[in-house]
Order: sequence, then structure tokens, then C-alpha cells
Amino acid sequence: MSRSNEHIEKSETAVRPPNPRLKSWKSVFNKLKKNKSAVVGGILIILLIIIALVGPYLTPYDPLYDQDVTNKLATPSSEHWFGTDNFGRDIFSRVVQGTGLTLMIGFFSILLGATVGVFLGIIAGYYGKRTDSIIMRIMDVLLAFPSILLALTIVTVLGGSMVNVVIAVAVSSVPIFARIVRGSTLSVKKLEYIDAMRALGASDSRIIFKHILPNITSPIIVQATLSIATAILSAAGLSFLGLGAQPPTPEWGAMLSDGRNYLYNAPHVALFPGLAIVVAVLAFNLLGDGLRDAFDPKTKE
Amino acid sequence: MIQFIIRRILQTIPVLIGVSIIVFSMMHLVPGDPAQVIAGEGAPQEQIDNIRERLGLNDPLPTQYFNYVTGAVQGDLGTSMRSGRDVSAEIGARFWVTVELAFYSTVLAVFVGLIIGIISATRKYSALDTTLMVIALFGLSMPNFWLGLMLIQWFAIGVDLPSWIPFFNNTGWFSPSGWGSFSQIVLPVITLGTSSAAIIARMTRSSMLDVIGQDYIRTARAKGVKERIVIYRHALKNALIPIVTVVGLQFGGLLGGSVLTESVFAVNGMGKLIIDSITARDFPVVQGTILVASLLFVLVNLIVDVAYRFLNKRIDLD
Repeated sequence: MSRSNEHIEKSETAVRPPNPRLKSWKSVFNKLKKNKSAVVGGILIILLIIIALVGPYLTPYDPLYDQDVTNKLATPSSEHWFGTDNFGRDIFSRVVQGTGLTLMIGFFSILLGATVGVFLGIIAGYYGKRTDSIIMRIMDVLLAFPSILLALTIVTVLGGSMVNVVIAVAVSSVPIFARIVRGSTLSVKKLEYIDAMRALGASDSRIIFKHILPNITSPIIVQATLSIATAILSAAGLSFLGLGAQPPTPEWGAMLSDGRNYLYNAPHVALFPGLAIVVAVLAFNLLGDGLRDAFDPKTKE
Repeated sequence: MIQFIIRRILQTIPVLIGVSIIVFSMMHLVPGDPAQVIAGEGAPQEQIDNIRERLGLNDPLPTQYFNYVTGAVQGDLGTSMRSGRDVSAEIGARFWVTVELAFYSTVLAVFVGLIIGIISATRKYSALDTTLMVIALFGLSMPNFWLGLMLIQWFAIGVDLPSWIPFFNNTGWFSPSGWGSFSQIVLPVITLGTSSAAIIARMTRSSMLDVIGQDYIRTARAKGVKERIVIYRHALKNALIPIVTVVGLQFGGLLGGSVLTESVFAVNGMGKLIIDSITARDFPVVQGTILVASLLFVLVNLIVDVAYRFLNKRIDLD
């Protein structure tokens, strides 16, 4: 997606006046800067990425092996900021360690789901007729499952593991992308410049990837951002049910699943991983909302 | 209209066939021999053969599929490997629990969502609007299983706070598990309904703002119609059309989303049945439950479509 974009920038700026799309990206960024929710979401995401990258080197305890057996289920203190869990492991270190996992699960599942969904949607919208009805009927079937059930089905078949969770969440996000992209493709396809390209003898794949795709990126980006939020929730849910990341992996959903057994005497075990999930999901929802407003031609600067 | 309903029903047939194929294939897509997987590792060959025979796994695939679908249409979804009971009986015993849970949650979500949405829309950009929308965003971003755990801790177990705090110092207002009595219903319904309430609130706000910006609302105000009547009779009525769709979809989604809530509160519904059966490798029950849940979801979507069409007569017949 980005590669075709770069290509256009390179090849067209030399010959023609500056690419209008570039200008619109700049104006989108300007609008984003003024959008409070986008700024807050963006900053949170950057912070999360920093935590994920450097956090594991700075945490005071090892998330797996530092088991202080004499200090099990200790409440938060200056020594253990988030307290310790049932093995005496430092929850703060585990939450920090889990940040990268969560971001990666969210990012890769949507990267996979969006790639497949965008491809199917653009093909369906561009070729229409038979191709369109076959692809979209299959999407209808996938949409006929409540999404968590579809993910559950896939995990049941593949077995519970983190990679399979990524696949399951990816598959259940495919139909949304296909639908959105198909709709946008249909509206772009009707424009005159596409006819002109065709009259010039451009191949289908050239029209699709160089002329349609770059023009429908905004709804894809908005949907992808919001979908990462949902993906994080579903993946954590699957791990919570014991069908995703397996203990002792410091995945937030799996940690919550541990914590539910200690609600009576050590509620902090369930509190902090859950808060971490809220922050991560909130960040992507905020950015997604902001992007949607920024891309929307109706909102004025 | 009737023509539309008939066509819409006919359109669901290929979807249902697709759903049944996916559900049927589940057992066969599991890596390895399904009979072996169900029997577990190290099971004697005799037992594996027995399972294979019982599930009809010796027949060719198309025959198996045909048998599965003809059975399903007649309400025969096979036999549970775990309990030996009919799958349809297992589901039947839990079906209404899940439907009730999803229904109460939807009612709560609509009620709270509409109120928040209307308040926000009528006080656009005020501090109250911002606060409510931030709360809605939190509602949307919370994993419902975590919310459930926190509600259990605060309102079923109780927390140790200094005694001068009156409200939260309690032990067990509500029950942390089960389904049936009022005290058992409250927490799961809040848990499941919160994210839908947030979605409906956001939808109501933006839909109301769209409508309020239109000319006929300005005309109504210019005519001197009371603000309350403008909002509730003129604006809300038209703003409700897209909201109905969201509500319907939410109800459908909650039927599936109840999996996590049922697990947290040990509610014996279809969601918990699925999880328990997945853990026990009880494929016929997993298949049957997912099939029933999806059928229900498709049915709800069908009703939503028809309702939307009925409310919004401006959509032309394509």
C-alpha cells in the first residue's frame, strides 16, 4: 500500500505539478494536530510503543522468573508498584512486558485482515458482476457469525496459541474491510479519470493499485485504527478464556484470567492488566475517531 | 414491502448454507483425525473406531454434510460426547438464558444510550457533552470481562474502605454468579450492556446532530415550536432511524458477546456451553451452539433490515 504511494510520489512529482494527494495528506495532518482526541490517542500510542520497546530492559524484576514466594499476592507498594501475583511475580514488570505482545497482536492481526479484506474488496468492486457476488456472498457468510464466535470457531479448529489468535482475529476482521473497500472502489471507479486511464490502455492491475487504491486509503486507515482497538479486545478475550496466550506468558488477558481467582483476597491482580487493556484500546479508539474527523471533508478546520 | 421481505428472506438462504458448511467443516479442519482428537491422546483404537462410527465419519464428506444439514433442519444436531445427551437438548436448556441476558442488556443499553446521546446532542460542545462522550469512549474501550470482574469485586464482594465512605462499603449487594434472581441478573446485564450503551450514545449524538442541523428543524424553531417538542417530536423521530439499525446489530452482537460475560459470572447459557465444550473437545456441541447462535444473529439482522426499510420509506427499491 505505502509502496505504491511512494512510487507515485517519485514518478509524478518530477513531471507534473505537486501531487494533489500529497497536499491533502498535509491538510489531514494539520487537522489532526488540532483534533484533541487524535493528539491524545497518538501520544498514548507513542508512549505504549516506547514502553514496549525499552520497558522490558528497565523493569526491576523479571516477568517470569523472579518469583518471590514469601511475598505472594502482595498489595501495591513502593517495591512492587502493582503488587505481586499468585507466584510472587511483580505485576508491574509483567504488564510492561505484555505491552509489546498486545501491540503486536493488534497490529499484525489487522495488517493481515486488512490486506486480505482490501484485496478482496477492491477486486469485488472493480470487476463487479460474478466476481463481486461470489466474494461478497462469502463475506456475508463470515458476517453471519457474531465476530467473537467466528474467532472462537477458528481457535477451536487451530488450537489455542497466540499465533492462532492473530489468525482468528484477522479472519474475523476481513469482511469489514472488504465491505468498506468495495463501496469506496465502486464510487471511485465511476470517476472519469479511471475511464481515461482505461482508454490510455492501462492494465487492470495498474488502475487498481496505482489509481484506485491510493484514493481510498483514508477509509482504510480509519477502519484499521479502530479495528486494532477491537482486535486487542478480542485477543485479550480469547486469552482470558484460556484459548489464546498460555500462562506463564505475561499477556494481559491471560493475566486477568489468573486474577479472577483472587478477587476475594487480592483484587489488584485483576485490576492492573485490565487497566492496561483499557489504555491501549482507548488510545486506538481516540486516534481512529480523530482520523475519521480529519479525513471527513464535512468537518471544517 | 412484502416483496422486499420475501426477497430478503431468499437472500439469507445462501448465507445459511455457507454458515452450515463452515460449521460442518470445523470438525474436519482440525489437524489430525477428528475421532482421535475427540477420544484424546492414547485412547484405545476400539474407542476411536467407536467414535468414528457414532459420528458417521466413515461416510464420504458430502454424505456427512447432507446428513448433518437434514438432521439440523429437523432439530437433530447430534449427541454430546461429554454428557451423551442430544445437542439440541443441551442448547435448549440454555438458549433462553442467553437470549434473556442479551435482551436485558440491550434494553439497558438503549435506555442509557439514548438518554446520554440526547443530552450530549442538545448541549453540543459543552463540558457536560465532553464528559459524557469521554465516559462513552471508556465504555467502548473496556474489556467487558474486566468490567465484570471489577463489578464483582465492588458490588458483590465489597471493598475495604474507610468507614466514613457510605456508598461502596457493602458486602454483597448483588450475587457474583448464576442467573435467575434479580440480584444475579444486575451485574451481568451491566457488564454486557455497557459497550452497547456507549455505541448507542455516540450514534444517537451524531445522528441527532445531523438532524438538528437540517432546514426543517430551523423552520420549526423559527415557527416558534417549543424546543422540547422540536427535539423530541421532530428531531428524535428522524434521528431514530439509523439508531434502530445499531440497536438491532447490537442485540445480535450481544448474543455472541455474552460468551465472556457468561464465563465471568458462571451464567449457564449458550456462551458458557461453547467454552466448556471447546475445553472438553466436545465438537458436536460446539458446532450446534455456534450454528444456533449464528442462525439467531442472521434472523435478528433480517428483522433489523425489514424494520429499517419500514421506518425509512425513502430508500428506493433497488
